[in-house]
Amino acid sequence: MRKGELAKEPFNFIISGVGGQGNVLLSAFVGAALLNEGFMISVADTFGVSQRGGSVTSHIKISKKTLYSSVTLKGKADAILGMEPVETLRTLVEFGNPYVMVIVNPRPVYPPGGVSYPDLDEVKKSIIELSSQTKFVDATEAALNMGNPIYANMILLGSLVGADILPISKGTMISILEERFPESLFDINIKAFDKGMELIAKA
Amino acid sequence: MSNISMNKPGTTVLLLGNEAVARGAIEAGIGIAAAYPGSPSSEVLPSIAEVAKEMNIHTEWSVNEKVATEVAAGASFAGIRAFSVMKQNGANVASDFIINLNMSGIGEAGVVIYIADDPGGMTSSNEEDSRTITKWFDNPLLEPSSAQEAKDMIKWAFEVSEAINLLTFVRGVKRLSYTRSNVVLGEINENKGKKAYFPEVWDLHNPKKSQFTTGPTPTYHKPLHEKIEKARELFETSSFNSYIGQENPELLIITCGACTSYCTEAIEELKAGDRVGVLKLGTTWPLPEKLVAKHLGTTKQVLFVEELDPFVERSVMELAASLLPDTCDLTFYGARSGHLTPYNELSTNLVINALTGILSVTHQPRDLAYEKKVQEAINIVPNRPINMCAGCPHRATFWAIKNALQLDGRKGFVCGDIGCYSLGFGPPGFFQSRTMHAMGSGIGVANGLGNLKHVGFDQPVLALCGDSTFFHAAMPALVNGVYNNSNFILLVLDNSATAMTGFQPHPGTGQLATGDPATVVDIEAICRAMGAPVEVCDPFDMDNTTETLLHMMKQEKGARVIIMRHLCQLVKDKRKIPKEYEMHVDQERCLGDACGCDRLCTRLFGCPGLMWDKEAGKAAIDEALCVGCGLCADICPANAIIREEAIG
Repeated sequence: MRKGELAKEPFNFIISGVGGQGNVLLSAFVGAALLNEGFMISVADTFGVSQRGGSVTSHIKISKKTLYSSVTLKGKADAILGMEPVETLRTLVEFGNPYVMVIVNPRPVYPPGGVSYPDLDEVKKSIIELSSQTKFVDATEAALNMGNPIYANMILLGSLVGADILPISKGTMISILEERFPESLFDINIKAFDKGMELIAKA
Repeated sequence: MSNISMNKPGTTVLLLGNEAVARGAIEAGIGIAAAYPGSPSSEVLPSIAEVAKEMNIHTEWSVNEKVATEVAAGASFAGIRAFSVMKQNGANVASDFIINLNMSGIGEAGVVIYIADDPGGMTSSNEEDSRTITKWFDNPLLEPSSAQEAKDMIKWAFEVSEAINLLTFVRGVKRLSYTRSNVVLGEINENKGKKAYFPEVWDLHNPKKSQFTTGPTPTYHKPLHEKIEKARELFETSSFNSYIGQENPELLIITCGACTSYCTEAIEELKAGDRVGVLKLGTTWPLPEKLVAKHLGTTKQVLFVEELDPFVERSVMELAASLLPDTCDLTFYGARSGHLTPYNELSTNLVINALTGILSVTHQPRDLAYEKKVQEAINIVPNRPINMCAGCPHRATFWAIKNALQLDGRKGFVCGDIGCYSLGFGPPGFFQSRTMHAMGSGIGVANGLGNLKHVGFDQPVLALCGDSTFFHAAMPALVNGVYNNSNFILLVLDNSATAMTGFQPHPGTGQLATGDPATVVDIEAICRAMGAPVEVCDPFDMDNTTETLLHMMKQEKGARVIIMRHLCQLVKDKRKIPKEYEMHVDQERCLGDACGCDRLCTRLFGCPGLMWDKEAGKAAIDEALCVGCGLCADICPANAIIREEAIG
C-alpha cells in the first residue's frame, strides 16, 4: 500500500481474540503507528470483566478526513486480524462481507466449563468462505518455539504489517515498538515481529 | 515524556477517552484529584497520577466516592481547582455530600466530577443513568461526544463551576471512555505558585467566603435555583451545542455524547443528509431552552438519540409542552416511541434501524448469498462465557466454599459482592453466590439473614467482599454485625489488588496512587479491633481452607471473619513472579469419560489452563494458558494431574 493511502474511506479494521491474549496492546501499537502515518483514527477496545477470558474485539476505524465513531457497522469490516479461530469467525458473522481480508492464528483457546469447541477444520473452512482472502499464521506455535506463548501477539503484528493490508510501514511500526518496549525486551519482541513477517510471506 | 503532561499546544496525540479527560483536568490547572476506581472511569486517575509530581498535583485513590468528592471540595474551599472521577454508581455513594455541598456552594476554585456511565453494563452491576441524579442534585451537566471534546469540556467545566459556584458534572459513557482517538493538545493552565488558603476572615459583604455551611436551608436553597438559571444562560451560547443539516429538516435528531457520531454516520450510510438535521447538545442540564425551542420551530418530526434514560427527551418534551400551541403538530420519536431503547448501548446500526422506519427507506448491508453463509457459520460458533483467570485465587476460594458447604450439609450459601468474584454467581464460582447488589451489600444482607434464628432460620450464611471493597463499603456492615450479634461469616477475598478495574492500589496494599509507599492499613487488625474473631487462610491450601470454613460455620455465633489471602495471578504476572509448578496430565492415570468424575477438571473446575483432548478422550494442560498454580492436582479424583516443582 502506498504511504498515506487508504484502500477505502473509512477503512474498518478489527482485531478479535480472547481476553488475556493481548488485544489491547496490539490495538495500541496499531493505533500509534496509524497516527504517525498521519491518519485520523478511532480505536474501541473491550475493557473490564470481558477481559477475563471472554470474547474481545478492538475496532479501528481509519480515515484521512474525519474522526468516526470507533465501532464498525454491521457487515462493514475491511480487514480482520484474528488471534483465535472461533473468535475470528464470530467477528465475520457480524462484520464480514465478501471483500474482507483475514489473517488468523489457527490455535484455539477453549471456552471454559465444558462448552464444546467446534471442529477446527470446519471453523477454518467457514472463515475462508466468509472472506475474500484468508491467511493462517500459526503464531502460538511459533511463539512456543521461541520459548513463551506471550510472543504470539508480536508475531501476529509482524504478519499484519508484512501483509500490507494497513497503511503502516515496517519502519513506522519498529519505531513505535522502540518507544514502547524497554531495551531489555526490545530484541526478543523484534525477533517475534520479524518471525511474523516471515510467516506471512509464506502463508 | 507522557502525552498527558506534554506542554506542546497544537500537537496531535492519540488518547484514550479517559486519558483525554485526565489531560483536560491538567490543562485546567487542577491541584488535586481524588477518585475511587470503577470502570469505565478507572483509567482517568492513574493517567493523572503518572504525572502528578511534575505537575504538582496531589492524586489519591480515596476509599470511596463520597470521600473523594469531599477531598475535592476541601481543596476548592482553600482556592485550589479540584477534580474527582467515578463511575455511575459512585454518584449514589457521593450523593449525600453533594446535595449538601450544593447548599453551601464551593470555594473560589472550581470542582468538577467526571462520571462515566456504562450502557450495556459490561463492567457494572447496573445501567444507572447518572444524568438523572445530577439533575436531582441541581448540578450543571456537560456531555462530550469525542475524546477531543472530553478534554476541552473538562477544562470549560471548571470555568462553569467557578462562574456559578457549583460543582459541575461531565458525563461520559463507556464508549467514550474506552475509545482511543486523535486529540489536539491545548495549553496547560499551570496553577503553580497559587497558595492554598482557607479564608479565615468573616467578610460581611461575602459571608460564604469564609464559611461553607448548609444552613439556614431556605436562604441557601433559593440561590441554588438561581445558579442553575445562570448556567442555563451560559449554555444557550455554548459552542459545544451545534447543528448540522438543512434549515428546515424533515426530521430533526436531538442527540448528545457518544451518540452524536452514531447519528452522523447513520445519516451518511443512508445518504439522508438532505432530509435529516442533527442538533448535538453538549450541555444537557439545564437544557438551553431558547436554542432548543428555535430548532423545534424548524421541523415537524424529532428523534431523540441518547444512551440510557430518555433524559434529554423528557426535558425537551417538557419544554415543548410549555410552548403549546406552537408545538402541537410535532411528532416525537425515541425511547418513548420504541424507535430506540432506554437500556443497553446504542450504535450506528441501531440509529440506522430507527431512521429506516421513520424515513421509510431500506438498508441492506450484505447480499442474501453472504447472509446465508453467515447463518451456517452462526450454528458452529459457541458461546464463550467469561471466566476467572488461570491461577485465580477466587476459583480456589469458591471451590473450598462449595466443598465446605456440602460437607456441612445445612444448605448454607454465599451473599456475593461486586468485583472479579462477582463471577461467583455463575459457573466460574460454581454458582455459590446467591445474592449480589451494591459494593458491600452482601455483608449487609448477611446481617439480616444472620438474625432470623427466632423465625426458624438455620442455614449458614457466608458473605463476601474483596480487599478494596472492604475499605469502600464493608466496614460499617461488619461493625453492625458484631454489634447486633448477627450470625454470619465474612470472607475477605484479599488478592492485594483492585483487580477487576486494573490493579489500583488501596489502603491495604502499602502503595499510593502515585506508586509511592503508604502506611499499610491492616484488614485483620481492623476486624479484630471491631471485635470479630478472625482466621487467615491461603485458599490454595485447600484442605486447611475447607477445614477452617467448616470449623467457623459450626461456631454459630456473631459476625466472624476469614481472610482468604493469595496474590492475584495477574499481579504475579505483572511482577514477573515465576510459576511454581510445571503441570502435566498423566494420561495413563486419567480415565477420561470412564472415570465417573464427569470431566470434573475441565467441565466443573473450569480453569482455562485445563483442556479436553478430544482425540485422546482425556484431560490435558493447555501450555499456552496454564500458569502453574498447581491447584488442579488437588481436585483430580484419579490423581492424574501431576505438579512438579518448576525449575528456574
